[in-house]
Amino acid sequence: MQVSMTINGESYSHDIEPRLLLVHYIREYAELHGTHWGCDTSNCGICIVLMDDPNSADPPYPIKSCTMLAASAQGFNIITVEGMGNADGSLSSIQVAFHEMHALQCGFCTPGMMSTARWLIDTHPNPTQMTDHEIRDGISGNLCRCTGYDNIIKAIRWSAAYEAEHAGRS
Amino acid sequence: MATTETAPGKHPGWFGHASGDTFGKIADAPIGFGHMKRKEDARFIRGLGNYMDDVRLPGMVHGALLRSPYAHARIVSIDTSAALAHPKVAAVVIAKDLETLGLAWMPTISYDTQAVLAGDKVRFHLQEVAFVIAVDAYAAQDALQLIDVEYEVLPAIVNCRKALDPDAPLIRDDKVGQTDNLASPTWEAGDKATCDRVFAEADTIVTRDIQHARCHPCPMETCGMVADMNPATGQLNIYNGNQAPHAHRTVYAQVAGLPEQNIRIMCNDIGGGFGNKVPVYPGYVCAIAGSIVAGAPVKWIEDRAENLATTGFARDYCNHSQMCAKNGRITGLRVDTIADHGAFDSTAQPTKFPAGFFHIVTGSYDLDGAHCQVKAVYTNKAPGGVAYRCSFRITEAVYLVERMVDALAMEMGVDPVELRMRSFIRPEQFPYETVTGWTYDSGDYHTAMKLAMEMADYEGLRREQQEKLAKGEIMGIGCAFFTEGVGAGPRRHMDILGLAMNDGAELRVHPSGKAVVSISAQTQGQGHETTFAQIVAEELGISPNDIMVRHGDTDKTPYGLGTYGSRSTPVSGGAVAVVSRKVRDKARQFAALMLETRAEDLAWEKGRWYVKGDPERGQTIERIAEYAYSATNLPDGLEGGLDANAVYDPPNLTYPFGAYIAVVDIDPGTGKVHMRRFIAVDDCGVRINPMVVEGQIHGGLVEGIGQALMEVLSFDEQGNCLNASFMDYLLPTALECPEHGFELGETVTPCPHHPIGAKGVGESPCVGSPPCIANAVIDGLFHAKGIRHMDIPMFPSRVWAAMNGNAQPIQ
Repeated sequence: MQVSMTINGESYSHDIEPRLLLVHYIREYAELHGTHWGCDTSNCGICIVLMDDPNSADPPYPIKSCTMLAASAQGFNIITVEGMGNADGSLSSIQVAFHEMHALQCGFCTPGMMSTARWLIDTHPNPTQMTDHEIRDGISGNLCRCTGYDNIIKAIRWSAAYEAEHAGRS
Repeated sequence: MATTETAPGKHPGWFGHASGDTFGKIADAPIGFGHMKRKEDARFIRGLGNYMDDVRLPGMVHGALLRSPYAHARIVSIDTSAALAHPKVAAVVIAKDLETLGLAWMPTISYDTQAVLAGDKVRFHLQEVAFVIAVDAYAAQDALQLIDVEYEVLPAIVNCRKALDPDAPLIRDDKVGQTDNLASPTWEAGDKATCDRVFAEADTIVTRDIQHARCHPCPMETCGMVADMNPATGQLNIYNGNQAPHAHRTVYAQVAGLPEQNIRIMCNDIGGGFGNKVPVYPGYVCAIAGSIVAGAPVKWIEDRAENLATTGFARDYCNHSQMCAKNGRITGLRVDTIADHGAFDSTAQPTKFPAGFFHIVTGSYDLDGAHCQVKAVYTNKAPGGVAYRCSFRITEAVYLVERMVDALAMEMGVDPVELRMRSFIRPEQFPYETVTGWTYDSGDYHTAMKLAMEMADYEGLRREQQEKLAKGEIMGIGCAFFTEGVGAGPRRHMDILGLAMNDGAELRVHPSGKAVVSISAQTQGQGHETTFAQIVAEELGISPNDIMVRHGDTDKTPYGLGTYGSRSTPVSGGAVAVVSRKVRDKARQFAALMLETRAEDLAWEKGRWYVKGDPERGQTIERIAEYAYSATNLPDGLEGGLDANAVYDPPNLTYPFGAYIAVVDIDPGTGKVHMRRFIAVDDCGVRINPMVVEGQIHGGLVEGIGQALMEVLSFDEQGNCLNASFMDYLLPTALECPEHGFELGETVTPCPHHPIGAKGVGESPCVGSPPCIANAVIDGLFHAKGIRHMDIPMFPSRVWAAMNGNAQPIQ
């Protein structure tokens, strides 16, 4: 079957098997290897990418791309870690924040974690006032074995504070 | 230190900004030790890491493993014809095909043998039976369904105590002379007679059966390999994420009979290891054999169920133990352990230590006597027994001793911290010989313990506990004090498969004064590219940003045994310090020529040699490097260039230690344990990069929370692994951790023999936290309900059962 979608602003269209998972489409067809795979059961969040519904005003939301068929992404805009930087090609605040706060070690969960972080800041009514519990709850669909989460929480706060100070996403 | 305003995306360079401690500010990299942001982050935050599954080679095909649905069964027949007829299948490999290549069995790191593909019978659930190679990964999975295997099911053994019953079925009938399920002879440490005497003279003795549940390291990236055998040249290129590439290459040379110089292993980025990526797995050998058979590169990546159910598990120790005291102080310890090694003995440890370093079980205490014996058995469970974030069974040892100290304190009616303080090895006793044969290098346990108590407000917590009890609320306070022995190890004592546990380093300072240091350690996220550059920086005064750390490629790095057992800094870090000093010494010769003086008249300060008594006259390392490569005539005996090699043989292990305190609240209605606070005081000697050290501690603490409260690999009576997915095998998320973060403290007791005074740290938090949390839960249950023992993991149903007087060992 033919499937078409936009990933990081680029159009992709391929003849695929109907059973193809979105994570494999992103990795094997779009050849974007920054999105990783971890568990197959929607538990680890390694494969999270952001999905933007062109018919909705809501901000892009995280989906576990190992548990979605590529066919189901027909017509959507997907944002992966490769598309997470600013329009001018520079790093976004979340990417900088993860580096600043030592919020990554092996880096395998980082693309998924940063995607969830993006959504958390985008959807919270007052991102600079997020409680520890709200952040922990927000990233509880993402497993990380290296960092112990504390520095990820700090990175999300850093990013929210930066964006507030600089009037939105830079 | 200079700071500048920064903003994401507004600065040139790979990061688009420099780094900073505070919002919007940046700090320069230290020339040496200190807080420094990681160099490796640049690729990871862009999604440009290069993990194993990211490797794509022209003509690459995909492998998948057919696995046994039974834990113990004779293989009657295997019919692969339908799979072979699948249009996308290139080959199907079974045991008898491997026999022709001499690859049907492989050696384990414990001198046992393991079936690569089962030929005679299967011995654990999901054991490897056939390997399919197809043009894509989906087709390979399809073809697995087309293989027809007929099994004759045999009774399975999943309980290590039952493995030694006289009527137990024999698991390893492939081994000549094997008549029972003993995997190794009983191994002992400590003097039994002395220990018996100490117990006879004791005034208090406590006894506990302590079961240490089978768990799994669970790196987020599973295991796998891309094997590329070039039929024209005989060159075998392997892309793999393993923790010891040089040792793996030697093993493949031995297993496959391939010339070692024709094998090249490239470990690029690794998505976590934690001990799980130390062993050689059947899938690796299948990928290599597959590449030989198919004449094309073969990629094999396991799925999560395969990783959980078949690769290196951890723990699975059944301990029977006694601890005794006299005059209020701990005096003796007895331990009798059965180790469940699964169907093949592939437990990770140095050759001379069949139970790893378990005999460090006397912990941090000045005992008069101890005796420890371990026997290992085969069961119909997956092989492993890897050093999951610990130095070869030290987690098991520390868990045991720290549980026993709490049990003894309970028996004596004294505060568990007080009993520890009375029984610690005293600072003036170091170097300290333990009764089981270790020589602890340095320590100040009392100071670390006191700091943890102050940070926790221990007395205040005890008062709060009493107040809560009066209101019917359950609060537990737990303590653990650990001593780890890491950095294996001295070549006179330690080897794996005959390979000395040393590490090499090669340092080249280029004419521009920039450097490349090649190491044999293998990062899985520990930040080697930053911290090893900082070691060179500290020794030579070159900015760490000007030093590239090369690792992971056996063709480009010196030999060494890799990264596990917290050995990177103790061993490889030692090698890097030594090689830097060799380069510094060579630089002195050039500096003497440049300054027209004698080398012995020069003194070193970070970054330059200068004339003693005339510090204005000197030459920087950059200028010296330029000179070393210049066309200047050199005296006889002095070679041009500025580089050196070193192999570091550590004189002893390093012995990091720490004092941990956990505070938990237990829901009296559900048994759910809420991890309220965790205070961790770590002493790992000199800290190269405090940020990286603290990151390691955070991560290890969370893995400890998982082991204490959530994780166990479970089996039914037929030997089926019941929780081979993250749906059923629960790992801690951010919600299971203390809501407001971990509370870290440090003391610094340098290692006296290590070149830079550092000890290992990566595993300390994972060693200290499980008993600390277990002690906290039991402390809560004891004060509220009089419960004196339960085993980990302490998830709600098990805690609830214990609260109701029905604590169960795990099985």
